Amino acid sequence: MIISIASGKGGTGKTTVAVNLALSLSNVQLLDCDVEEPNSHIFLKPEIEAVKSAGTLMPKINHDLCDYCGKCAAACEYNAIVVLPTQVMVFSELCHGCGLCSVVCPRDAISEETREIGVVRKGKSGGNIELVYGLLNIGEIMAAPLINHVKEEINPEKMVIVDAPPGTACPVIAAISGSDYCILVTEPTPFGLYDLKLIVEVLKVLKIPSGVVINKAGIGDRKVYDYCKEEGLPILLEIPYDKKIAEYYSEGVPFVNAMPAWKNRFAGMIDGIRGDL
Amino acid sequence: MKQITIISGKGGTGKTTLVASFAALAGNLVIADCDVDAPDLHLLLHPEIVKREEFKGLNVAAMDKAKCTECGRCEEACRFKAISDTKSGYAVNPTRCEGCGVCVFVCDQDAIRLEERVSGHAFISKTKYGTMAHAQLNIAEEASGKLVTVVRNNAQRVAEEEGSELILIDGSPGIGCPVIASLTGVDLALVITEPTMSGLHDLERILDVTRHFGIASVVCINKYDINEANSRTITEFCQARGVTIVRNIPYDPVVTAAWSLSGCQSNPT
Repeated sequence: MIISIASGKGGTGKTTVAVNLALSLSNVQLLDCDVEEPNSHIFLKPEIEAVKSAGTLMPKINHDLCDYCGKCAAACEYNAIVVLPTQVMVFSELCHGCGLCSVVCPRDAISEETREIGVVRKGKSGGNIELVYGLLNIGEIMAAPLINHVKEEINPEKMVIVDAPPGTACPVIAAISGSDYCILVTEPTPFGLYDLKLIVEVLKVLKIPSGVVINKAGIGDRKVYDYCKEEGLPILLEIPYDKKIAEYYSEGVPFVNAMPAWKNRFAGMIDGIRGDL
Repeated sequence: MKQITIISGKGGTGKTTLVASFAALAGNLVIADCDVDAPDLHLLLHPEIVKREEFKGLNVAAMDKAKCTECGRCEEACRFKAISDTKSGYAVNPTRCEGCGVCVFVCDQDAIRLEERVSGHAFISKTKYGTMAHAQLNIAEEASGKLVTVVRNNAQRVAEEEGSELILIDGSPGIGCPVIASLTGVDLALVITEPTMSGLHDLERILDVTRHFGIASVVCINKYDINEANSRTITEFCQARGVTIVRNIPYDPVVTAAWSLSGCQSNPT
């Protein structure tokens, strides 16, 4: 089973839920797909066993064959190629790696080469958790292809937890696509609610069933609860606003390790989801 | 005219609250919400929309099933797994399609074409504190970086017309496409962080990004007193990198209370 953790708004507690959930289950693989700012490894302190370079394809021009006809530049929807009278310029940061330029070139002058956009790290935490996470290179703009590389490591034999990035755009879609269920983490504030509504719409488009974890319960107001009721979204778990939990978080300590009674609550949440599916 | 972007790397550290507070204090400024996929600034500033424009992001492939002979070339050529053979023939999944047009090129039946798609809306609005440029990306769309650029262009045009001295930009979390679009060419990045191990880790990465693009940066630690030992670690880290900490903000429950008092509504624009 693949369960993703998403939120719309940043900083609501996705990583807290992902990490503590992983520690409450057995035979788990956690994929941290927030490749821009991954944090799960801070809490799980894995022993890294493998680091793989991850890339996207981009065009490579063979200047001996190119006659500067400009068909590649005309075809490229992203303006990633500019053809001058005796020169071809490729703007790697605009290239989506679609391969159209190499298909349209009448002289077979374009091949493709891999350009590194980040790395995928794989390791073990404790005896029980396999952690895979991506780390986007500094200055790189496209997170989604790296997220896809992280997801290639999915082990269907395990219980798979996907920690998604914040937002509602392409990196989130890349992370949560293919999940059996999505846990939405929110906080009971106007910001939490607004962004929860956005991510709920995303899940409707992707047709992924979902439920809500309310983090920092007790702050803010009751409007998130009202909304969940209206939408028929189950509230799977409430994590109270608790100074102790906040302190453990700030130290990089998963709170279920210090407060083991919570392991049953996280494991029970998954049993509930399994039952519903 | 100066442009300042407020960013954080990590989400939820207080970007929007800080931008709204600055907006209330600064005067003669234009505000730009560049978190276009999960914008929240409007919840605090109550903008009154005066101009609304469609944003066309990437094109999308459209299939004419009457012409399709189901040869499968398009599916094979698509790198984004956006075309698949469904029960009702070959179909395009618009959430996966990046509008590259490789399918159009390989189809010898002329059964596929690229169409424009509206990927969101950009707004120019009036607020109590100044004009605001903002946007909302549609659900499950791409090209958030392009929409950020639209918002920034709108803000610059308005600032020139109004003779404003400052554009204050609310960025998005992360270090990728929309963040870089919100940082390009600004005079200063104010990075807001929190005294947690995650906050420190993410601060380091976002400072690497601003250094990579040569953008002057300063740091503010929000809720610095929730873990003063971590705040000291962050301070030492910043000193070692030669980055100034401009201000530390204490934790105060009045902030959350003020959200409700401000009549903060969570209805979509």
